[in-house]
Amino acid sequence: MSQAHDASLIMQDGHGDGHGEGHAHEHHPFHQHHFTTMEQQFDASKIGMWLFLATEILLFGGLFVGYGIMQSRHLEAFVAGHHHLDWKLGALNTCFLLISSFTMVMAVWAASNNRNGNKRGVLITNLLLTLGFAGGFMVVKYFEYSHKLHDGLLPGKFFSYTGPDAVPNMFVFFSFYFMMTGLHGFHVLGGMGAITYLIIRSIKGDYSSEYFTPVDLIGLYWHLVDLIWIYLFPLLYLIT
Amino acid sequence: MTTVDHKRLGVMYLWAVLLAFLVGGVFALLVRLELMNPGEDFMTAEQYNQAFTLHGAIMVFLFIIPSIPAALGNFVMPLMLGAKDVAFPRLNLASFWVYVAGAVMAVTSIVVGGVDTGWTFYTPYSTSTGGAVTMMTLSVFVLGFSSIFTGINFIATVHKLRAPGMGWFQLPLFVWGIYATAIIQVLATPVLGITMVLLIMERAFNIGIFDAQIGGDPVLFQHFFWFYSHPAVYIMILPGMAIISEIIPTFSRRTIFGYRLIALSSVAIALIGFLVWGHHMFTSGQSALAASIFSFLTFLVAIPSGIKIFNWIATMYKASISLNTPMLYATSFLLLFGIGGLTGIFLGALSVDIHLHDTYFVVAHFHYVMMGGTVIAFLGGLHYWWPKMFGRMYNETVARIACALVFIGFNMTFLTQFFMGSQGMPRRYYTYLDQFQPLHQFSTFGSWVLGAGLLIAAVNLMGALRGPKNAPDNPWGGTTLEWQTQSPPITHNFAGQPAIEHNPYDYRYFKVPSDAV
Repeated sequence: MSQAHDASLIMQDGHGDGHGEGHAHEHHPFHQHHFTTMEQQFDASKIGMWLFLATEILLFGGLFVGYGIMQSRHLEAFVAGHHHLDWKLGALNTCFLLISSFTMVMAVWAASNNRNGNKRGVLITNLLLTLGFAGGFMVVKYFEYSHKLHDGLLPGKFFSYTGPDAVPNMFVFFSFYFMMTGLHGFHVLGGMGAITYLIIRSIKGDYSSEYFTPVDLIGLYWHLVDLIWIYLFPLLYLIT
Repeated sequence: MTTVDHKRLGVMYLWAVLLAFLVGGVFALLVRLELMNPGEDFMTAEQYNQAFTLHGAIMVFLFIIPSIPAALGNFVMPLMLGAKDVAFPRLNLASFWVYVAGAVMAVTSIVVGGVDTGWTFYTPYSTSTGGAVTMMTLSVFVLGFSSIFTGINFIATVHKLRAPGMGWFQLPLFVWGIYATAIIQVLATPVLGITMVLLIMERAFNIGIFDAQIGGDPVLFQHFFWFYSHPAVYIMILPGMAIISEIIPTFSRRTIFGYRLIALSSVAIALIGFLVWGHHMFTSGQSALAASIFSFLTFLVAIPSGIKIFNWIATMYKASISLNTPMLYATSFLLLFGIGGLTGIFLGALSVDIHLHDTYFVVAHFHYVMMGGTVIAFLGGLHYWWPKMFGRMYNETVARIACALVFIGFNMTFLTQFFMGSQGMPRRYYTYLDQFQPLHQFSTFGSWVLGAGLLIAAVNLMGALRGPKNAPDNPWGGTTLEWQTQSPPITHNFAGQPAIEHNPYDYRYFKVPSDAV
């Protein structure tokens, strides 16, 4: 046993339970014991978040590919379908999300520069603004959805629209419209939940320049949700 | 049950996947039993369809995919890195419970109506048949999350939690294999997830994407499905290769030959594996150009596997080999995976595939890779790390006998299926022409020998748990870090922070402990 130890490794002292002498800083309350430093912990979390975002892109990627193939197959139906979407409402929602991305960036900036609570107000304000714009997006989406519901422009077998411009296979367009915006909408709702969590913890004063990992990660997530909408908007509202 | 310790989670995963293996194995034995005679023996055609579907779905989604990464990988990989835990211990726990939830849903779907689509859920049959297809596909969707969580966790762990002095080319090869696996888990599984969602939507709302009657495209489902499921084959085999890369140098007492090539070939398999899915569709309406490209890429992906095989054999050349149980499994792997890989090349050739498509030849091929490759490697890894995981040695003689029975039974079961397949026996039928009966019966006898071997191995390993803690810290003379701590390891894995001075498997600087075999 001890022979093996000599042979291929040396045991260094310290870090018994995260309280060793080798630490550069004092022990931070959100420092998990299996990481040597806060930087290591932050980097690991960030890698994890980027990987998660990659899975999100591939998840939506399947829908985008399906959309592309079905659009080329039923081009007429897709063009006819898109006339029932209001591009002005879509553009309004695009603005909402773009501005919310900006306020999110401001929140991350405030959190990462928060020393002794001097940026806490800026952080909380920007998080509240982001939440507000996200809520605005969902309200507009609600009006759009209820309009479709009223006209019978629904996915699959629930499609019951019989207007003069109805063409065969129009239901496929609305299948994709509801699946893509629906999945995106769930992500917006999830983001709103996450931002609410950030607001609660910000009020408790948990985030500072030493520890702002959750703000940074949820910020990344929020930008992706925004980015996906940037692709959804022209694909669904602006086709010709 | 709420522990976040990677070692205990690894053990919890181990019991879960072994239970799944048992259930899937019972269905396999039932399928083989029904095939003793042509015509209906004790199952109707519908029951037979359900039995082979459940065998396939359970073995793929509940057993093989999580088996090596989530059970052995969870336990061993952080130890090999000299880390205290994985990067995200709570995500690890979530992964386990999501897996359990998915498994419960899969079992529910058996109880409430059964599934008879085959594990591939091909449309249009899967959108029109009754039964609990929706529940089963939802379970696959949920299990995907578990797999993604494990993948994200392992990639972050390998990147950020390596011991001081451990560069990328000082990583043990097991870690390289698990890392390449994790890349596929993260990048392929989401596509399966959205495919399952689309299938459920098609079943529930007729959205018109896969159903040709309402303007959809059934072949599109096959593309989506195999875009995940072919890379998933590498999720299954890469960890097996990773285990073999550990066992062979240890029991050859020799530095592994071609370390860098073995390491990089894992990554090459992971990347090229994403581009070969079309070889599952040579007969289902795909342009001749696309088919030729997919065929070429399929040949290409065989090269890194060949590199590994030759490097393992070169490691054993003129080495002082000790044939303990893990090494017996490793040598079985070389032979069986060799056959499985080579027949994969046959099937990747366009003209040959037209003849062999959907025959028992395909069944035999993927069982040689999945069972002869991954499961044999899993058993080898289980016998290799069992003393480390539980601090107890098993009976070596009994373990060797079990290994021999598994090897003989496996070949009896599946070698015959190559012959039947090349003579035209189609897969997935509960009956067959009289001329195939001798081979079918021989195959069924083989399945009993195989089952007996696995049972003996299980009794032997479990029995060891009741004995005293008698395993030394390093029973095999392994050089990687997990052998430098106690058996079983302490909660924080190592008494201090281990550091690395030499490459792994470098026996020049390593004194084999006196209590090693």
